[in-house]
Amino acid sequence: MEDIDFNSQTRKKSRRGEIWRRMKKNRIAMVGLFIFSAILLLTISADLITPYDKAITGSLADRLTPPSSSHWFGTDNYGRDIFARILHASRRSLVMGIGAVLVGITLGGLLGACAGYYGGRVDSVIMRIIDTVICIPFMLLVLAIVAALGPGLVNVLIALMISMIPTYTRVIRSAILTVVGQDYIEAAKSCGTPNRWIILKHVLPNAIGPIIVQATMTVGTMIIWAASTSFLGMGIQPPEPEWGAMLAESKDYMLTAPYMVMFPGFAIALTALSLNLMGDGLRDALDPRLKD
Amino acid sequence: MLVPMLLAIIFIVYGIMSLTPGDPAQLILGTRASPEAIAGLRHEMGFDKPFVVRYGEYVAKAARGDFGNSWRTGRPVFQVIAGRFPTTIKLSLAAVVLAVLVGVPLGVLAAVKQYSIFDVIGTTIAMFMASIPGFWFGLMAILFFSLKLRLLPSNGADSLKHYILPAVTLAIPVAASLLRLTRTTMLETIRQDYIRTARAKGQTEGKVIFRHALKNALLPVVTATGMEFGGLLGGVVTIETVFSINGVGMLIIDAIRMKDIPQVTGCAIFLAASFMILMLFVDILYAYIDPRIKASYQKMN
Repeated sequence: MEDIDFNSQTRKKSRRGEIWRRMKKNRIAMVGLFIFSAILLLTISADLITPYDKAITGSLADRLTPPSSSHWFGTDNYGRDIFARILHASRRSLVMGIGAVLVGITLGGLLGACAGYYGGRVDSVIMRIIDTVICIPFMLLVLAIVAALGPGLVNVLIALMISMIPTYTRVIRSAILTVVGQDYIEAAKSCGTPNRWIILKHVLPNAIGPIIVQATMTVGTMIIWAASTSFLGMGIQPPEPEWGAMLAESKDYMLTAPYMVMFPGFAIALTALSLNLMGDGLRDALDPRLKD
Repeated sequence: MLVPMLLAIIFIVYGIMSLTPGDPAQLILGTRASPEAIAGLRHEMGFDKPFVVRYGEYVAKAARGDFGNSWRTGRPVFQVIAGRFPTTIKLSLAAVVLAVLVGVPLGVLAAVKQYSIFDVIGTTIAMFMASIPGFWFGLMAILFFSLKLRLLPSNGADSLKHYILPAVTLAIPVAASLLRLTRTTMLETIRQDYIRTARAKGQTEGKVIFRHALKNALLPVVTATGMEFGGLLGGVVTIETVFSINGVGMLIIDAIRMKDIPQVTGCAIFLAASFMILMLFVDILYAYIDPRIKASYQKMN
């Protein structure tokens, strides 16, 4: 027993190493990883770089000043430093993006795994419901839930999570279906391994590739959707800094202070782009057909 | 399938909307209304009945085109939506057509000339465009084309010129994802054996690409275009707000702000239903263009 365990451990390690090696060769993916790590680092150390007070208070004397050495990205209509606001807003955006995906994946994963693994009636009931919910366009579902629950970070997060579940259920179900027919699952079943153990230990680890790729990419999409809801005034409420809400405020000052429109948008686009680049690279690294 | 799906969608949307905390009668009458007046209105509007009964009544009325009246203006919800719907549909259709006309040919080009300059530039731009939030792109477009260059109007939907910026803004992410998808499916298709056969026969390259490869590669693109239309109907909500266009999208946002629940419910159902009907068309179209599905239907008969 010891021996076999040892073997599988080294094999797993080398497989992970192999993926990392192939990802490292993909220069664009590494750029994405680098940008995202930098954003993550800035987000975590936001309080060290500039105090939160600077993001929510400003002096009216400093209203709408263009970018300068004291205010890197300029100031907004209340004289608040835009750089500080963007920096502190990133925390909310990342929490919403990553949180929505994590919960969506867990719940959607459970549903999808059950549907894909058990098949039959369980599958058709779950998928019927999911197919119906998916007919409601994503943004519409988010807005309907936010409209019912009221605005705010937590409610937007809940809305995004719920709206994510159908997509993940589908992705994970199809990932599971490609694994379920394999011989080693049959072997595990014939050994009398309990179903939940098979799902957790044998099915999920082998189906995880496409799920990770999908997750990386949707974090970016979620950040964009979260910003959209705030832009529409349904998300995070002022004076709390949020990228979408900042863009909504900038609308009236577009001609006099174009930098107010540009920088928050750059922040969203850069974050989403880095995640998309990473996701693309991961997909290529995980695709056995592209192996050299 | 359409009718039960519609019922289910109404059930979900109606259910979500009735989760709204607070007493709807209180919302309508305001905080200073007397408890008797609130109780009276509750009874009159049927809020004291159980959810399932209310849902049943709503569906029965909706089937006759009655989605209730707006709490704020008192006008029939259906009438208000019907007045605004054409603008939204025109805008979304213009965006889809634009996206297909740009995305699909560029995707084919990128695949046929893989690793060429077209491929690299096309996929890079598509990657950037997929990462840019649509509403921000809209704002930047207004800033550049309306405020700086004064070429195009920034708000309203009065003339064809008004549709250019919003339609392009809506089309860009769709075009980007169609380009990527077309490229992938096309790359898979041109590696198939029947393409090699066609080439071996001495068929001209143009015929191989357009007659043999494109027809097969486009099948998933058709479905994706339909699915993208759903995303577009969601995007329309933000884009209409950016460009101040009086469509269903802006209507739903205004209704959410004013807590006008019947109006929100009506709009959401309307948009979801139009997406569903569109997907039905895509399915029918699919049966028409995919010989395998056509054959299976013929076998059934």
